[in-house]
Amino acid sequence: MIRNDVFQTLKPIIREHLVVCNIGAPSQELHAMDDQPSNFYMLGTMGLASSIGLGLAAAQDKPVIAIDGDGSVLTNMGTLATIGNNAQGNFTLLIIDNGSYGSTGDQPTYAGMKTDLAAVARACGAENVQTVSAQDTAAAVKAAIASDEMTIIVSKCESGNVKVPVIKTNPIVIRERFMEEVRR
Amino acid sequence: MATEMDHQIVRDLKAAGIDYVTSVPCKQLAGVLEVLDDEASILHMPSNKEDEGMGLCAGAYMGGMRPCIVMQNTALGVVVNTLATLIQFYQIPLPMLISYRGEVGEPVACQVEMALHTKAILNQLHIPTYHFHKPEDAAELPGILEYAQMASKPVAILCDASFWRASA
Ligand SMILES: [Mg+2]
Repeated sequence: MIRNDVFQTLKPIIREHLVVCNIGAPSQELHAMDDQPSNFYMLGTMGLASSIGLGLAAAQDKPVIAIDGDGSVLTNMGTLATIGNNAQGNFTLLIIDNGSYGSTGDQPTYAGMKTDLAAVARACGAENVQTVSAQDTAAAVKAAIASDEMTIIVSKCESGNVKVPVIKTNPIVIRERFMEEVRR
Repeated sequence: MATEMDHQIVRDLKAAGIDYVTSVPCKQLAGVLEVLDDEASILHMPSNKEDEGMGLCAGAYMGGMRPCIVMQNTALGVVVNTLATLIQFYQIPLPMLISYRGEVGEPVACQVEMALHTKAILNQLHIPTYHFHKPEDAAELPGILEYAQMASKPVAILCDASFWRASA
């Protein structure tokens, strides 16, 4: 299973919730599959989906799912220490770990080599960290949303993207409609 | 040891509705950070790097809070992309309280190098920039904080060594 297959299984579980999605292929695939006002797409700035998700979870009570990638977490690895030390019960960080920089041509990441992001997250103080297969990801995310404990899920999937268009929605529209969902 | 100015700055943040602060420390900001940690109405969540901090602020803002980042001017070398593609692109109001290292009174020569680029970077990014050089300049802070919200933009408040020394 590649990222898009994991998204297909996640669709019914996350569509009603606040989702902050990683830049590039992940946001484009989620947008093409099931565009929702409750999705915040990152159109720029690699690596900050988990930070935005944590800030959002700290600011309000609704469940927040940040969908990040292995490459993006590696580029902002300090985020795991901030998350580990500021646990928010309504926060789920899903790291789609396909061992590659998917949006830039599937170049290998260190997460696909010797670096274990789940172990890093644990070492950073996160208490509930799971490594799951692509097949088991949806069930793990569902359980994480239902629990009042912060959860970090590392979903091991295959490298690869599907061909979808870039997101042309105006960024202010993306933000405004997302904030309306937050207030709802 | 926090000074009256450190208390005044945090009082102004609070009065402007700022309820979320992230920070990466600087010697000049130690007093402000100390007061922030004692201020129950402001959630202070330190970050490891300023671009990460701006991500936290963007999330807090969308969650209904009013964020502020406390940082050193050298970090402007870190956050150019984040300012342009997150804070400005999505129009997120973000006051940046910035210690302005490398100005007159600076003991560390290397700090001068980024001081030389500080205002140039802010100008290049079209970021409204205010420079506190004397203690009385801080009287502008409430207006600046209101202006950031009104304009939905990042604004920079540069506080140099002369300001901190004269405020001590
Ligand atoms: Mg990847």
